[in-house]
Amino acid sequence: MSWLLALPILIPFLTAICAFFLRRTGWCRWASVIGSGVLLAVSLLLFATVLREGVVAAQMGGWPAPFGITLVADGLSAVMVVITAITALAVAVYASAEISERQVFLGYHALFQVLIAGVCGAFLTGDLFNLYVWFEVMLIASFGLLVLGGKKSQIDAGIRYVMMNLVSTVFFLTGVGFLYGMTGTLNMADLSLAVQQLENQSLLTVVAVMFMVAFGVKAALFPLFFWLPAAYHTPSFSVSAVFAGLLTKVGVYALMRAFTLIFVEDVAYTHQILLWVACLTMLTGVLGAAAQSDFRKILSFHIVSQIGYMILGLALYTPLALAGSVFYLVHHIIVKGNLFLISGVARRITGSTELSKMGGLYKSAPVLAFLFLIPAFSLAGFPPLSGFWAKFILIKAALEIEMWWAAGVALFVGLLTIYSMTKIWAQAFWEPHPEEIEPSLKSLSNFAQVALLLPIAGLALLTVVIGLNPEPFMDFATSAAGQLLDPSDYVQAVLGVTQGGTR
Amino acid sequence: MNSLILRVASRYLAAILLVFSIYMLFRGHNEPGGGFIGGLIGATGFILYAVACGTREARATLRVDPQSLAMSGLAASLLSAFASALFRDAPFTGQWLFLGATEGSKGIPVSTVILFDIGVYLVVLGAILMLVFAMEEEI
Repeated sequence: MSWLLALPILIPFLTAICAFFLRRTGWCRWASVIGSGVLLAVSLLLFATVLREGVVAAQMGGWPAPFGITLVADGLSAVMVVITAITALAVAVYASAEISERQVFLGYHALFQVLIAGVCGAFLTGDLFNLYVWFEVMLIASFGLLVLGGKKSQIDAGIRYVMMNLVSTVFFLTGVGFLYGMTGTLNMADLSLAVQQLENQSLLTVVAVMFMVAFGVKAALFPLFFWLPAAYHTPSFSVSAVFAGLLTKVGVYALMRAFTLIFVEDVAYTHQILLWVACLTMLTGVLGAAAQSDFRKILSFHIVSQIGYMILGLALYTPLALAGSVFYLVHHIIVKGNLFLISGVARRITGSTELSKMGGLYKSAPVLAFLFLIPAFSLAGFPPLSGFWAKFILIKAALEIEMWWAAGVALFVGLLTIYSMTKIWAQAFWEPHPEEIEPSLKSLSNFAQVALLLPIAGLALLTVVIGLNPEPFMDFATSAAGQLLDPSDYVQAVLGVTQGGTR
Repeated sequence: MNSLILRVASRYLAAILLVFSIYMLFRGHNEPGGGFIGGLIGATGFILYAVACGTREARATLRVDPQSLAMSGLAASLLSAFASALFRDAPFTGQWLFLGATEGSKGIPVSTVILFDIGVYLVVLGAILMLVFAMEEEI
C-alpha cells in the first residue's frame, strides 16, 4: 500500500532522470511517453484501491503520523492523480512532435516530468509543509519550462509568474508558521482535530484568510489572477496545455482541501468571501476573454473564469455543490488542456494564433474543426457534453440553497463563454484565411499528424464519454464530496495506521 | 569583476566554503544542517569563484555540468527510496549497515539516509549553479 501511494511521485522523477540522460538520443521523448504511460497505469491502480477501500494513507520512511510525512489518497486526490497522468500522457505524445531538438537538449522532457511529480506530490501529500515543498518543485520546473527557448516575451512572462508566486509563498509560509505556533502540528489530519480545540478562533480565521490569499494566487482567483493571462500564451503549446490543465488546479485542490479539512470553524465568514471571489473571478475572466483576439489569450482568460465555477462549488459548501466542483475539476482539466493542444495544431497549419490572421480551417481541415467543436462546446456548456453536466450540477446546487444571484452569475458567464467560443469558431474556422492560403493537415508529416492529433482525439473522446454517461462520474463525485465534508475517514486513515499501512 | 585581491581570496574562501558545506551535510544527521543547507553553502563557494574568475573557469573547476550534477543527485535520492523496497519496508525507510560493529560500539554506521541527504546536496548544488551560471552568462 505505501508503495502504491509513493509511486505516482517516484515514477515521474525516475522518468525525468532517464529522459535527462537520454536527451542527446531519440529515446528521450519515448522515455517521457513510456514513463507517463506507467504513471497512468499506477494511478488507475491507486484509484481502484481508493474506490474499493475508501481513504488510504501511508507513512513515508515508517515514521508514524503526525511526526513523519504522510501520503493520503481520498476520492478527490485519487481522481486528480489519474487526470494528471492522463494529461501527462497526452502532452508527452503531443510534445514528441512539437518540441524542437534544441529544447529537448536543454532538458524539456526532464523538466516536464519533474513538474508532473510536483503536481502528483501536491495532490497526495497529507502534510501542509510538504505541500509547500511540492509547490516549490512545481514552481521551479514550470519556470524552467516557461523560459525554455529564451524569447524576450517568455522571460518577461517568467519573471511575472515567479514574482507573483513568491508573494503567494510568503503568505503560505507565514500562515504555516502561525498554524504551527498555535497547534504544534502540520499534519493536515492532525490539524483538523487540533484547530477545534483552539481558544483563539478569531486568529484562526486570520490564518485562514492568509491561506486563501496564498492558494488564491496559485489558483488565479480574482483579484490575484493577472499573472496567468500574462504568462500562458508565451511558451510552447504543450507547455501551456499542461499549465492550463494542471497548475491552477493544484491551487483549487489546495483550497478545497484546506477549506474542508482545516478551516471549517467559521464557514459563514470564510466561505462568504470565497463566494464573492468566485463570482467576481467568473465575471472578470469571461469579460477579459471577450476583449481578447488571440486564440491562446482567450483560452487563458477562460481558465480564470472556469476556476470561479470550481470555487463557487466550494463556497456554497453543500454536498451537491462540492460534488459539482469535483466534477468540474475533472471535466475542466481534460477540456482545457485539449483546447490548448488544438490551438497548437491550428498555429502549425495557419501560421498564427492571432484570430485576425487565421481562417479557413473548417473548409480545409475539417477533422481539426470537428475536434475543436467537442471541447469548445463542452467548455461553453452545451448538452450533452461534460461541461453541461458540470455547470448544471453547480447551478442546481446554488438554486437549492436559494443563492439566486450566484446561479444567475454562473448562467450569465456560461452565455458569454459561448460568445468567445463562437468568436474563435467564426474567425479561425469559418472565415477564409486572410492570405488566401488553405491551411491543411497535409502540410504536416505523417508522424506529426498522428502524434499531434491522437492526444487531441483521445481527450475529446473522454469529454464525450463523460458527457453521454455522467452517472458513474457523478456518483463518484458525490462520494468524493462526502469524504471532503466529513473528514472522519480521512483522519482515521492518517492517524489510525502507524506502520506504513498493509503492504 | 576583475580584482586581483578578490580572485586570490576567493580561491581560499571557496575551498573553505566547500569543506564547511560537507561538514554541514554530515552534521545534519542529528543536528541542524543537512543536504539542503549544505548544498546552498557549497553553491555559494562556486558562485563566489564564478563572480571573481568568470563562469567559464568556474565551470571548468566544477568539471561536470550542473544539470548532470542535479540529476545524479536526484537519482541518488531515488535510490535510497527504492532501497527500502528490497527489505519490504515503506518508501524512504532508513536501511542501516554497521561496519565493524562490536559489542561496545556501533562501528561506522552506513545508511540509505545519508545517501538521500547526499542526493539532496547534489540536487541543490546543481540546480542553484545551473541558474546562477545561466544568469551570469546572460549578463
